[in-house]
Amino acid sequence: MAKFRKDGGKKLPAISTSSLPDIIFMLLFFFMTTTSMKEVTLRIDQKMPEATELTKLEKKSLVKYVYIGIPKKNEQKNFGVESRIQLDDAFAQSPAEVESYIATKRAAMKEEDQPFMIVSLKVDKDTKMGVVTDVKQALRKAYALKINYTAFQRANNY
Amino acid sequence: MAKKKREVQEINASSMADISFLLLIFFLVTTSMATDKGLARKLPAPVEEAQDSTQVDIKQRNIMQILINSNDLLMVNGDVIPVTKLKERAKEFIANPNNSENLPEKKPENIPFMGTQNITKDHVISLQNDRGTSYQAYIDVQNELVAAYSELRDELSREKFQGVSYAELDTAKQKAIQIYYPQRISEAEPKNYGQQNQGGAQ
Repeated sequence: MAKFRKDGGKKLPAISTSSLPDIIFMLLFFFMTTTSMKEVTLRIDQKMPEATELTKLEKKSLVKYVYIGIPKKNEQKNFGVESRIQLDDAFAQSPAEVESYIATKRAAMKEEDQPFMIVSLKVDKDTKMGVVTDVKQALRKAYALKINYTAFQRANNY
Repeated sequence: MAKKKREVQEINASSMADISFLLLIFFLVTTSMATDKGLARKLPAPVEEAQDSTQVDIKQRNIMQILINSNDLLMVNGDVIPVTKLKERAKEFIANPNNSENLPEKKPENIPFMGTQNITKDHVISLQNDRGTSYQAYIDVQNELVAAYSELRDELSREKFQGVSYAELDTAKQKAIQIYYPQRISEAEPKNYGQQNQGGAQ
């Protein structure tokens, strides 16, 4: 069978890797475009509640966020351990501040988008409803009636 | 000084892959693909101070009152029930399948695609929570109520439109089903009862 085996025959040619950068670049662009950087630095600890009947928030530009939770460890000596409301990067002094915050946010939006504004409430699951109710009342006063309670998907239903 | 004519050397591009790998790994690590999901709800418009006391008269049988206390216990029309039973209870209340006396009354209503149907269009689910209720308990209750509605709508859609689920229907048919089962969850004006001194950030 020496017929098939040519000793000292041709060496395998090296596989060309010149297209490797292109492939990697493609992946890179994919991740660059899908990445969403954090909008704010959270100063509170948050664990989202779990639910099953969730809807996706489609348009990021229409969504404004209100965060509620207990201040992080390093903030606690200044802001205590009670649940607090964070708007952008600062703590709100009182729930009533939410009303003016939403008003400014709405004014900054494009006029045709303003009626579709959604307020996403990102609330820690151990928060007492008192604060949340105050915020909801403030949102009602600001006529920001479309809200969304952010929650994680729970696998099993009851 | 005879200049040697040198050819421009080709730039070695073999390290290009390494550089882009580095960038790729950076973006891989920093990416958070978590999309924002949540329970979509609509708040009622604010009540004017002047007309605060004008109350809508609703028959007792049309109301399902859900109270959540500061220990996250649930009371529905006077019975203490676990949150796991809430969905069944709500479904029975909304649909009133046996036309029972103490569940919401049914009224004829003309609905596109379905003709005249007897539906419980006046039912109201009234939700009231304490200031001390935990947020997770509140979300659980909201979630069960939304689940009850979506299950009823899905069942109706499968029955009326040859086994097509509610999510797959076109908008006009979805509208028709929404007329059949209108979502009527009302959140009462906040009251402070139970633990008086609860209150979060003040």
